[in-house]
Amino acid sequence: MDSPELILRYLSSERFLYAAWMTLAISLCSLAGGMAAGLVVALLQEARLAALRWVAILYLWLFRGTPVLFQLIFVFNVLPGFGIVLSGFGCAVLALSLNEGAYMAEIMRSGIRAVGFGQRQAARALGMRESQVMRWVVLPQAMRIIVPPIGNQFIGMLKLSALVSVIAVEELLLVANQAAAANFRYLEALSAAGIYYLGLTTIFMALQALLESALRRRGRKPQGTFLQRFLGATAEAGRVR
Amino acid sequence: MTVILDATAIHKSYGTLHVLRGVDLRVVRGECHCIIGPSGSGKSTLLRCLNLLEPIQDGRILFEGRDIAAATRREAPGIRERIGMVFQNFELFQHLSALDNVALAPVRVRGEAKARARERAAALLAKVHLPDKLDSFPDELSGGQQQRVAIARALAMDPALMLYDEPTSALDPETVGEVLQVMQELAEEGMTSIVVTHEMGFARRAADHVVFMDEGKVVHAAPPEEFFAPDTPLPDRLARFLGRIAH
Repeated sequence: MDSPELILRYLSSERFLYAAWMTLAISLCSLAGGMAAGLVVALLQEARLAALRWVAILYLWLFRGTPVLFQLIFVFNVLPGFGIVLSGFGCAVLALSLNEGAYMAEIMRSGIRAVGFGQRQAARALGMRESQVMRWVVLPQAMRIIVPPIGNQFIGMLKLSALVSVIAVEELLLVANQAAAANFRYLEALSAAGIYYLGLTTIFMALQALLESALRRRGRKPQGTFLQRFLGATAEAGRVR
Repeated sequence: MTVILDATAIHKSYGTLHVLRGVDLRVVRGECHCIIGPSGSGKSTLLRCLNLLEPIQDGRILFEGRDIAAATRREAPGIRERIGMVFQNFELFQHLSALDNVALAPVRVRGEAKARARERAAALLAKVHLPDKLDSFPDELSGGQQQRVAIARALAMDPALMLYDEPTSALDPETVGEVLQVMQELAEEGMTSIVVTHEMGFARRAADHVVFMDEGKVVHAAPPEEFFAPDTPLPDRLARFLGRIAH
């Protein structure tokens, strides 16, 4: 069988399709978990109570200070000893979410900080409580600011998910490796996996560009062409009003 | 004569910097007080203390008969609802249209129905002469228009008192007039207000009392006809200040 034919066969095989689906599912779930954890940690960092701020610092220290591969293996091998038994998928999502949360927290905090003090003050002057100021004035504006860096995290997460092959989750890299190990056709198996990765990242980049357009306020012209925004999605990251 | 606000012996320090050194201010319902004075004299700080955005170290603030200086963190938002504030830099919420800027607090703070809040917001925007800018976003409006939206936003909470913190200082000269006109109309309708301003013309036209502050104290306070009368003897500092402004 020549290479293009084998690559095509892999691409259309149920195993690869399922593996691509696993990669996507792990990435999406971890990203959602990471955003939730990140928002909580970001808000803890802004808390008035020093103890809460210390919790956030401890979290950041732990999860930014150790390799994500270590965290994966730790969750997979150590938690069962404490009676917490998760599926491979569950372990993958838990570890990646906790790790991602540490980076998301920084992104979200930068977004929250970028909303000027005057905006909060104006909201307080209208009689809003601190939680209302955050919910109705600060977070909606912070969201706009952090969409480009979050898009980057999305794409990074798709690639990071390859690491979970070490805990035997049947995602793209593991499946490609297994397929190649059977017949030593590494070029074809890895090409098929690579094409899936590129396909997924392309879809994500397009979604990000669309989301940015949608979030942009009415009345403001899109910056650059769609392709420019598509490829240089982070160019706007620093643009803060 | 209902006294809306009676502040006595207000002291405010930032660390060792003693910004307000015993300020007294008494405002009767319907009055407009203009506070003038050199920068750094504590005018803006006084306004921010009056609606509890800054805690004071000593003194008493009676607002609608109640001492609010001792209000707790939980009580402060409820008091601020009753005191509208307009800022030098407008501080419109950038992610909301003019209409939604005005309707936000009534809906989220007072729990007003959305449809009703938007209706009232539209009426308030018409009142500040912006009936055709309901759907405009802040960055599509001129400074004068933004400041008028900010006034409507403050009015939406039906405040008993309006505080204006140098509302025209950040404006292009050609839009200053439209903002002052709205403020004067409101004052004439009986809206109680305290205005920190450098606009002597406005103070002359609209104020019931002109208050001169310097170095954290009220140095001179009088009705405008007396304050600006050419032959009244004025404290030295005030005379110098007025001389500088005139040039």
